[in-house]
Amino acid sequence: MNLKTKLGLGVLAFFALVAVAGEWVAPYDPSAMSDDLLSPPSGAHWFGTTMTGQDVFSQVLVGTRGVMVVGLVCGVLATLLSILVGVTAGFLGGAADEALSMLSNVFLVIPALPLIIIVASMLPSADTVLIAAVISLTAWAWGARVLRAQTMSLRRRDFVEAARASGESVWRIIVFEVLPNLTAVIASGFVGTVIFAVMLQITLSFVGVVSLSTWNWGTILFWAQSNQALGLGAWWWFVPAGLCIALLGTALALINFGIDEYANPRLRKVRA
Amino acid sequence: MTFLLRRGVFYLVTLWAAITVNFLLPRLLPGDPVQAMITKLGGRLNSDAMASLYVLFGLDEDKSIWRQYVDYWGALVRGDLGLSFTFFPTPVADVLSQSLPWTLGLVGVTTVIAFLLGTLLGVYAGWRRGSWLDSLIPVTTFLSSIPYFWLGLIAISLFSVTWPLLPASGGYAPGLVPELSGEFVGSVLEHAVLPGVTIVVSSVAGWILGMRNMMVTVTAEDYVLVAKAKGLPQRRIMFAYAARNAVLPSISGFALSLGFIVGGALLVEMVFSYPGLGYVLFQGIGAKDYPLMQGVFLVITLAVLVANLLADVGYLLLDPRTRREG
Amino acid sequence: MDEIALEAKGLVKTYKRVRAVQDVSFVLRRGRVTALVGESGSGKSTVAKLLARLVEPTAGEVLLDGERVRRVREYRRKVQMVFQDPFASLNPVHTIRYHLARPLKIHRRPETVEELLERVNLPADFASRYPHELSGGQRQRVAIARALAAHPEVLLADEPVSMLDVSIRLGVLNLLLDLKERLRLAVLYITHDIASARYFADETFVMYGGQLVEGGDSETVTQQPAHPYTQLLIESAPDPERSVAALDAPAEENTRVSDGCRFAPRCPKARSRCWTDAPPRAEVGIPGHWAACWLYVEAVA
Repeated sequence: MNLKTKLGLGVLAFFALVAVAGEWVAPYDPSAMSDDLLSPPSGAHWFGTTMTGQDVFSQVLVGTRGVMVVGLVCGVLATLLSILVGVTAGFLGGAADEALSMLSNVFLVIPALPLIIIVASMLPSADTVLIAAVISLTAWAWGARVLRAQTMSLRRRDFVEAARASGESVWRIIVFEVLPNLTAVIASGFVGTVIFAVMLQITLSFVGVVSLSTWNWGTILFWAQSNQALGLGAWWWFVPAGLCIALLGTALALINFGIDEYANPRLRKVRA
Repeated sequence: MTFLLRRGVFYLVTLWAAITVNFLLPRLLPGDPVQAMITKLGGRLNSDAMASLYVLFGLDEDKSIWRQYVDYWGALVRGDLGLSFTFFPTPVADVLSQSLPWTLGLVGVTTVIAFLLGTLLGVYAGWRRGSWLDSLIPVTTFLSSIPYFWLGLIAISLFSVTWPLLPASGGYAPGLVPELSGEFVGSVLEHAVLPGVTIVVSSVAGWILGMRNMMVTVTAEDYVLVAKAKGLPQRRIMFAYAARNAVLPSISGFALSLGFIVGGALLVEMVFSYPGLGYVLFQGIGAKDYPLMQGVFLVITLAVLVANLLADVGYLLLDPRTRREG
Repeated sequence: MDEIALEAKGLVKTYKRVRAVQDVSFVLRRGRVTALVGESGSGKSTVAKLLARLVEPTAGEVLLDGERVRRVREYRRKVQMVFQDPFASLNPVHTIRYHLARPLKIHRRPETVEELLERVNLPADFASRYPHELSGGQRQRVAIARALAAHPEVLLADEPVSMLDVSIRLGVLNLLLDLKERLRLAVLYITHDIASARYFADETFVMYGGQLVEGGDSETVTQQPAHPYTQLLIESAPDPERSVAALDAPAEENTRVSDGCRFAPRCPKARSRCWTDAPPRAEVGIPGHWAACWLYVEAVA
């Protein structure tokens, strides 16, 4: 494991910890108002306060959980879907492959963001879990496409034929012979999906179609934007949440590079 | 030509799927926001507008779902997307046709710039691994991990608020009338700088990385080795041999991720109140203006499909294998 | 004669418009090695896959102990296969134990993994290793052990030594011979090396363009080849004593459908009839030695 990957895993672990413990560590109730209106970062308020005197640091801490939960739930759901569609299509080939590939390409090409915005704003209650489910439905297609290609190249390999020749059943070949060889691809697909889901959730919160009753980094940005934080010069209101998003995204991307380099030795750094 | 034909069929299927999803959504999801809006507007709606909203949102419960579907297609073919509530009583189609050119201009130009720039940088980074350009990868990764809209916020706060160099919102200076004058064009360009740079900066990293990895893979191929052994000039090997082959997956990636990029670009429009489809969508969200939102979705999907078709033509020109298939 | 274990009857396999295998019939007998010799592209590997039921034939049938076996698993218990490339035929993510334990479990055999390893002369502690920790020869022994796990009657060996270093080929071939004797296996040995067929096989068939062109006792076929193709094949084997008649790669039209002899375009002795009519099998001298060539049909007539 190289330094970049370790760095990525470290940052991810940190955010996971905050997601679990953020609520207890937070110095204030993130929704509680106070008299310190729009004050810049200080000893009492590390990330400053909002227009109504809410503590931005506490909002970021408490909001981490929503972000991580959506990332995890979407990652798992969408990865399962992509395995189901991609591996099935790649292994079966023929008409089933044509149909499933067409399906995943349709999902890839249709612009997801406007569609999800419409769905989310039509839902009577757009809470975290429901949003995660909706995002998963649009996030599986890329992984399915990559898995299909990999499965197709594995399907005709001799060890798959050999397993057939020794009498293994089709489902056992898929689960025990093909899937273990796809571990790296599945892992990188999972990480990629988490990035996608986190970004989408934050975007939806920022746009204001997701329920604002629970905190996440996107809702912080929503309030900052709708209260003209930019015009007021209150940079502390929107900078920390954005940096957290970028940090988490970078950490996940670094982990993905690590997986890619592991799977494709050519990308490994030349030792000079 | 089989290649283009196959792609064409695929795009038609995709378009059909998008339209059908659009048809089904208001009928499947609970709540009747459009009904509520019609009630609110009461007598201000004329009977024609009312009828088309009924067709588009399935408020006419007496009709069978098939009948509704046929009527829905009929309305679309006539270009009838209903009335916008936000810009009442302007038809959605008119709102869209006013904002579409702005989006095509901003998003189209910046996406092409980002693709060309990123691919070029990726060629160099992949060709000379370990050089300073290659060490730029983590930086660009960080930039690409930033949501488009947040980068937009930062850009505004730096270049419009802290140092008021460029306008923070709108497509042209207020008070100007859209016309082909030097003043107007200059204003349009000035207003496009910040949103444009935002889109390029946050989308360029993906192209750099994809192209770099493909270059690294291609550089190890025998035909590149042979070209080196023949003593061809470096630049020629880099572009005519390695990059020519490495760019193919990048182009198909371009086509497929276009939907995603356009989504991000729409957000940039929202942040900069740029008069394109994204800002229109944003205004529609606040007012729960479903006719407008669904119209935006359809138009964006259509635009993405056309762009995909163009990317396919590019692929066809670069890859002789698809040419022979026909 | 030994009892017939497997019989191929008029096997045909067509991919799109290319006839990979065309009307191939032969038998495999218990305790005997039958060699199938041909160049790459001759269809010999397709024959192996047809016999292993990895590929469905376009026409023709395979009889096991005189019967058509409908249930694939029952068939696979009796007919096992060793693949050409031991680097590709073992799954890199599984241990040797997994590779051997699975067929034992599938076919409900009482043996242990260690017994199987011993049978192919590998130490018992190899069970816990992964394929990448083994050499090519060791892997091929594992692949043979895997095939033996089902306790088969028939072993299909598709170029089992062609990917191995020359120095260890003999060891693997001798292992196969030894197992054949002890387990009374019917072995199909597929190879492009006609010299090894002479050493290893009791009976040899030569394949060209998807068809069997000559067959008989290995010694006879290799020492007194009758078909012009077999003669060219043997001449082309490296021999410092004589110069080599160039053996051109098969031209593309050979794989296309043609009425006459597939070898006619390359045959030094081709006549006009060879281009229009397919030659039937004809006895050549010794009983059991035949060639599908008009040369011998006309000699008899």
